[in-house]
Amino acid sequence: MAASRVVALLVSVCSCWLAAGSGLSRAQAADPPAAPPPLEMPYTQFTLPNGLHVILHEDHSVPIVSVNVWYHVGSGSEKPGRTGFAHLFEHLMFEGSKHVPEGAFDKWLEAAGASNNGSTDPDRTNYFIDGPRNVLELALFLDSDRMGYLLDTMSPARVDGQRDVVKNERREGVENRPYGIALVTLPELLFPPDHPYHWPTIGYMADLSAASYDDVVEFFRKYYAPNNASLVVAGDIDAAAARALVEKWFGEVKRGEPVPPVAPPAAMLTGVTRKTLTDRVQLPALTLAWITPRQFAPGDAELDVTAQILAGGKNSRLYRRLVYDMQIAQDVSATQQSGALASTFSIDVIVRPQTGMTAAAVVDRVQAIVDEELDRLRAEPPSARELERARNQMEAAFYASLERVGGFGGRANRLNAYYVATGNPDYLNEDLARYRAIGPRDIQAIVSRYLPRDARVELIVEPAGEKERQ
Amino acid sequence: MKSNSSSRRGAWGLRRGAWGVGLGALALLLACAANATAQGPDRSKPPVPGAPPDLVLPAVRKHALSNGLPVWIVEHHEVPVARVLLVARAGGDSDPAGRFGVAAMMASMMEEGAGDRDALALADAIDFLGASLTVSSGLDASTVSLGVPVARLAQALPLMADVLLRPAFAPTELERLRQQALTELLQVRDNPSALATRAFARVVFGPRHRYGTVGGTRAVLAGLTVDDLRAAHARIFHPARSLLIVVGDVAADEALRLLEAQFGAWRPPGPAGDLPPVPAAPRTTRREIVIVDKPGAAQSQVRVGTVGVARDTPEYFPITVANTILGGSFTSRLNQNLRETHGYSYGAGSVFDMRRSAGPFFATAGVQTDKTAESVREVFNEFAAMQRPVPSDELARARNYVALGYPSTFETTGDIAGSLASLFVYQLPDDYPSHFVSRMLAVTQPEVEAVAKQYFDASRFVVVVVGDRAAIEAPLKALNLGPVRVMAVDEVMGEAAPK
Repeated sequence: MAASRVVALLVSVCSCWLAAGSGLSRAQAADPPAAPPPLEMPYTQFTLPNGLHVILHEDHSVPIVSVNVWYHVGSGSEKPGRTGFAHLFEHLMFEGSKHVPEGAFDKWLEAAGASNNGSTDPDRTNYFIDGPRNVLELALFLDSDRMGYLLDTMSPARVDGQRDVVKNERREGVENRPYGIALVTLPELLFPPDHPYHWPTIGYMADLSAASYDDVVEFFRKYYAPNNASLVVAGDIDAAAARALVEKWFGEVKRGEPVPPVAPPAAMLTGVTRKTLTDRVQLPALTLAWITPRQFAPGDAELDVTAQILAGGKNSRLYRRLVYDMQIAQDVSATQQSGALASTFSIDVIVRPQTGMTAAAVVDRVQAIVDEELDRLRAEPPSARELERARNQMEAAFYASLERVGGFGGRANRLNAYYVATGNPDYLNEDLARYRAIGPRDIQAIVSRYLPRDARVELIVEPAGEKERQ
Repeated sequence: MKSNSSSRRGAWGLRRGAWGVGLGALALLLACAANATAQGPDRSKPPVPGAPPDLVLPAVRKHALSNGLPVWIVEHHEVPVARVLLVARAGGDSDPAGRFGVAAMMASMMEEGAGDRDALALADAIDFLGASLTVSSGLDASTVSLGVPVARLAQALPLMADVLLRPAFAPTELERLRQQALTELLQVRDNPSALATRAFARVVFGPRHRYGTVGGTRAVLAGLTVDDLRAAHARIFHPARSLLIVVGDVAADEALRLLEAQFGAWRPPGPAGDLPPVPAAPRTTRREIVIVDKPGAAQSQVRVGTVGVARDTPEYFPITVANTILGGSFTSRLNQNLRETHGYSYGAGSVFDMRRSAGPFFATAGVQTDKTAESVREVFNEFAAMQRPVPSDELARARNYVALGYPSTFETTGDIAGSLASLFVYQLPDDYPSHFVSRMLAVTQPEVEAVAKQYFDASRFVVVVVGDRAAIEAPLKALNLGPVRVMAVDEVMGEAAPK
């Protein structure tokens, strides 16, 4: 390492965005492990006259800036016959706007050493540009131009181009991916047809074919207005200067009509829906899924911890029994997938074929074991150590996610996510406190209430390609 | 929202830039913007980024434990976490001939019980601390990696020492992992991309060369014994070829004291044997197309290339720039052609896998089945186009993109530890990072032209396509690129040959 750079780092402004003491001196404490120190993400926020909400977060530890924009629209707002459209539209946001020729968005950013990406889910669409701090104004220019002037140079040909790309994204992620068909089928089985979570974000091929230039115009006017977006600028910035630049570039973008909140119909499972699909796979798979409380609602954090107790690590209940002891599964996972309107709790098992047993019989055996373990959690609370272990694992993963300022999982995106969900960008400690407040009996109660055996989806994938094994 | 979300660019993931340099090239690109609006800011030209921030490299303090084991420490006080990485400069490249996959299984088995804890007790202790402790063995190096909230570092280090120095290698655990690995081999058959990687390696390097076998094979896995694991452990994890790296919210002196207590007494049973790099493989000698049949597949996984270069190639910088232009960034030619121009693919790129010996070089894409032959033709067109001079703005953009992205490899504790580990594994000089950017930016057009001529000449490239043979074979033959043959999945998954 260059010695001349050493000093610069050691004496550089300590970012201090974490109010954390040096942990090491605490390390001498014996069991139980010391509680990690509190965290904070200092920020300032304001709203432009056009309704754009802006959050600024200074962190001078690395000379990086991240510009993160959320539009509060996702695949859940799509109209019938146009599934996949919100995501197709996301692609079009990179194809140029009035003052940015087609292709220039990426070329200009790459030439400045920056990277960018976007993603769509049922609730929202997010975009980020990460780069050296001197790229800030270019990034704000690009993001404001596509917010204000996307349609000026939009054309049916651009829509056609990205339509083909997205169809190939679907082929790669669904048709050509083992168990991909289950991914797009599960939401259909969980949610009623008129619920925003009923269809997959990637969309159906026929609907992708049907998407038109007129749809783009309508969608942009309806949803891509500053009053339906929030912007985070994070990293090595001066807040006052950044605010001036945001006002300069976004201030002129015109406010749109108010966007009414999504009003979903009730979604509740009242019985067991069981479906068997076939796919070109060697091993059967079983998914059990439930509709569960939405993000940050009571029960959401408990179900996160429940997922960890069931399938996080070798000693988790399902991994231990199915994969480690009985060895009738290749892998098991459990997830509380939190959404703004509702969440999905799912248990996924890749089943290992057993000599002398049909695939269906092994799947049934696996399901019986899963039910035994759920019954056990319904009957008695997890041990204190089990709960503590799950919580420590989750907290550590949480810490690790704070190491980056940009990207999909960094602090800029987290500030935006917290703002959108709770109105408080720095919701870190409140978020963590949810997990710390959970006791063993809470888990027992939540499993009994939200993961019933008689109201859920049971989705099975059976191998179609036995011949391929030869 | 993990499973039901879609992002724009699967092929590119995140390439993050951390600082910038002069942007002469940018000015050339800006001329074409439209006129300013009457009110508001002048949008007729995009803002030109100002002076870039200086490169700030992490301060590395170098020490040695009493047994001579080198320790590199970086104090990084952003988040209260610590990363401890033990890296050994040996891995799958030291597998015995014809028994490829031993090191990888040995690494997996180190996590299955150590010291006085069996597999479950060890996992429980690690998980309870909120730590992650993983062992892995690649071709060039093997690592034991600990990530932990720094408040629990002192409690986690003894577990790491157990895993490194006192792995149990229990026969029952080996039996369990063996079954799991054999089942994974079945799953590879479902995965067109994984099959393409294996098939390409086998065709280019052959069954005898170490690089011709990716992952385990059935017979080797079936025959593995605890003695094999112990021999691999002694061979690979030897202090004479190892380095300890600590990055995080630690005080260096305190960290050193903790490491001395856990690793200072590590003494090997014998001297570290010499482990030379695997022999360099010859480049392929003829162009051919190899089809691996996946009936009904919606896409074809395509790989086109040959043997590339070793990490120590003197042409590292021009090759990196040339490959960035060809297929190493979103605006690269392969991605622009197959994705943006033709819409045949969600993403295309090219890779030089630089190892201690020359690894594979290949263009890669998943393309829709009915455009497979067209896509292969376009890939060859792009190889051919690289034989002509690269426009200066395109060259400058690629140089900048790589150079300016380099500092982002030092953002997180894991990034920093990984970057330092690669300096050690490939024996790069201490001042390598501080010269990286200037050397990358100094790459010239003639240098790019020279490496393009040498490495992108496709006349002897191999094409591997995993896809629906019934739909793609005839169009591929009609390209007249070379002979077309079919490789059975069993051959793709087949055993390596003894020497």
